[in-house]
Amino acid sequence: MKKIFFREEYCMACRLCEIHCLTEHSRSKKILKAYKEEFPQALPRLVVEQKGIGSFALQCRHCSEAPCLAACSSGAMQRDADGHVLCNTDKCAGCWMCVMVCPFGVIRRDTTGQTVAAKCDLCPDRDEPACVAACPNEALVYCHATVPAPAAGAGTKAGKGRRR
Amino acid sequence: MLFSDYQVKRDAARCINCEVCVRQCAFEVHSTDADTGTVESDSSKCVSCLRCATLCPTQAITIDKNELQVRGENNWSTRTLKNIWKQAETGGVLLTAMGTDRNFKIIWDHLLIDAAQVTNPSIDPLREPMELRTYLGSKPSRIEFVRERSTYRATTVIRPQLQLRTPIMFGAMSYGAISLNACRALAQAAQELGTYCNTGEGGLHRSLYPYAASTIVQVASGRFGVTTEYLNAGAAIEIKVGQGAKPGIGGHLPGKKVTEDISRTRMIPVGSDAISPAPHHDIYSIEELAQLIGALKEATGHAKPISVKIAAVHNSAAIASGIARAGADIIAIDGVRGGTGAAPTRTRDNVGIPIELALAAVDARLREEGIRSRVSVVAAGGFTNAADVLKAIALGADAVYLGSAALAAMGCHQCQKCYSGKCNWGIATQDPYLVKRLNPDIATRRLVNLVRAWSHEIQELLGGLGINAIESVRGNRLRLRGFDLHEHELKLLDVKQAGESL
Repeated sequence: MKKIFFREEYCMACRLCEIHCLTEHSRSKKILKAYKEEFPQALPRLVVEQKGIGSFALQCRHCSEAPCLAACSSGAMQRDADGHVLCNTDKCAGCWMCVMVCPFGVIRRDTTGQTVAAKCDLCPDRDEPACVAACPNEALVYCHATVPAPAAGAGTKAGKGRRR
Repeated sequence: MLFSDYQVKRDAARCINCEVCVRQCAFEVHSTDADTGTVESDSSKCVSCLRCATLCPTQAITIDKNELQVRGENNWSTRTLKNIWKQAETGGVLLTAMGTDRNFKIIWDHLLIDAAQVTNPSIDPLREPMELRTYLGSKPSRIEFVRERSTYRATTVIRPQLQLRTPIMFGAMSYGAISLNACRALAQAAQELGTYCNTGEGGLHRSLYPYAASTIVQVASGRFGVTTEYLNAGAAIEIKVGQGAKPGIGGHLPGKKVTEDISRTRMIPVGSDAISPAPHHDIYSIEELAQLIGALKEATGHAKPISVKIAAVHNSAAIASGIARAGADIIAIDGVRGGTGAAPTRTRDNVGIPIELALAAVDARLREEGIRSRVSVVAAGGFTNAADVLKAIALGADAVYLGSAALAAMGCHQCQKCYSGKCNWGIATQDPYLVKRLNPDIATRRLVNLVRAWSHEIQELLGGLGINAIESVRGNRLRLRGFDLHEHELKLLDVKQAGESL
């Protein structure tokens, strides 16, 4: 299973990942439109944590034992065949239980349209997630987890790559 | 009070107030207005390193030279007057960095390379082997054999040599002047390329010992970080006498930059200024240089080539002859366009001579005296492309050092503010927040790419010359022609005028 990993030692807190994430999840996917014309503005699906000189970009860890999966009452939060935890926004009721239980705080309340939980979806339309592609210092890498992901719940086939 | 050198222009129609520029600028040019949330710029602080413009996701920023100029005549340019105003304010020596930006004639650009046509065939380097391997070190003037029954055995002892896969090395840049990430990138790239980097005078950081076999360790007048272990770890030892950007003066790493790591590497107290004296206080003559060379050879069991690096100055040829006779294996000459992390502006811009002329003079002198094979000559100071390298080799160099070009490969945009310690590209800084910006793996890849590209280009040029080994072009000045050079320059370079046949 491919995941996004951060390398704290090279993160310089420029937040370009955040900007490009927002753009990728906007309606037009055009940076100027996303920031200047589309209101309410799209939400970035990652957070850049920063304290002093330390910083890193954090998005959904696709936990092997994901509390959001257990907490989701509508069945919107699902694990796909590759092991990625994804939110089916059609089913999401906006109860925010996932937001409450996420230990990393990387699920946000998206109230821009239909009220849904917004989280990293690994940019299904791209070969490489937008944040990874935008990082100028390769502080974000998109690669296979070093430890094969355990097949939690759904019939996971490890090493099949990202959902297309 | 000075009016700003640059003008930061922000296209409001494109700026999305994302604050990338605010976070990236160590000079604090950009800031966000607390009330409106809009980002604004203070041009007076801008050094034009172009970090913000490069990273701006909407290309909203452009940085122009401030068109505001004083009305003075040629003699009293804006730059001249600004320097006077600065000195009137501070009473101090003007400080700058990198290579000189004066409009010196670049002789490389006036030398043209020959190509094979009809009477001798050119070679296609993609189809035929093309040798760039270079050995640096003292070569014997002749080889002696003894006959043993049916075979012969060479009795000549060959002094230690450095083997380079390409005649391009990375010049001396110390840990202190540049960040550890930059040092690591240079070391990793040198190892991958089969060439060498140079510690400069800052010692070898503990974490870089695994790359020591690809590292030339320097012994400079401050003797920072010099231990027996250090000397024995390196592939060769270089005695730094001078530097092209600042011949005749020493170095000064401000205490502010002497972090704990640098203190340990240089073996000086944290926060103390690292001052390299102008001369080596134990070298006041060629004889004393010979003593130091001898001492270093003794310390390393005569297993390492010893290099002596000098700045290209008026008397370089005679000095080089002395260095060769003092027992050095390699002479490195750094020309007036060489770079630095900090130098007085007047020294950088006025002292020394161009590498082209110094190199030609040194090579000619050593050949005249019949001692050219005793030493290898490494040229440094302002190599900007592969053709420069080939021309230098044709003028007599064995290899070249890249400094500024290597920094540029890592991201340097030549803002010339290395001495400020605020390098926004994470190269010439020790601020941990800025150092993180240089991912050594990316920098290594870019350095390797650059040297590979130049090596390919050298092979192409060699193929055009109909030569299949770099050895055969070394000192081959007949394959160069001068164009738009004075007669005396041609004579010094010992190069024919373009249009002249053999």
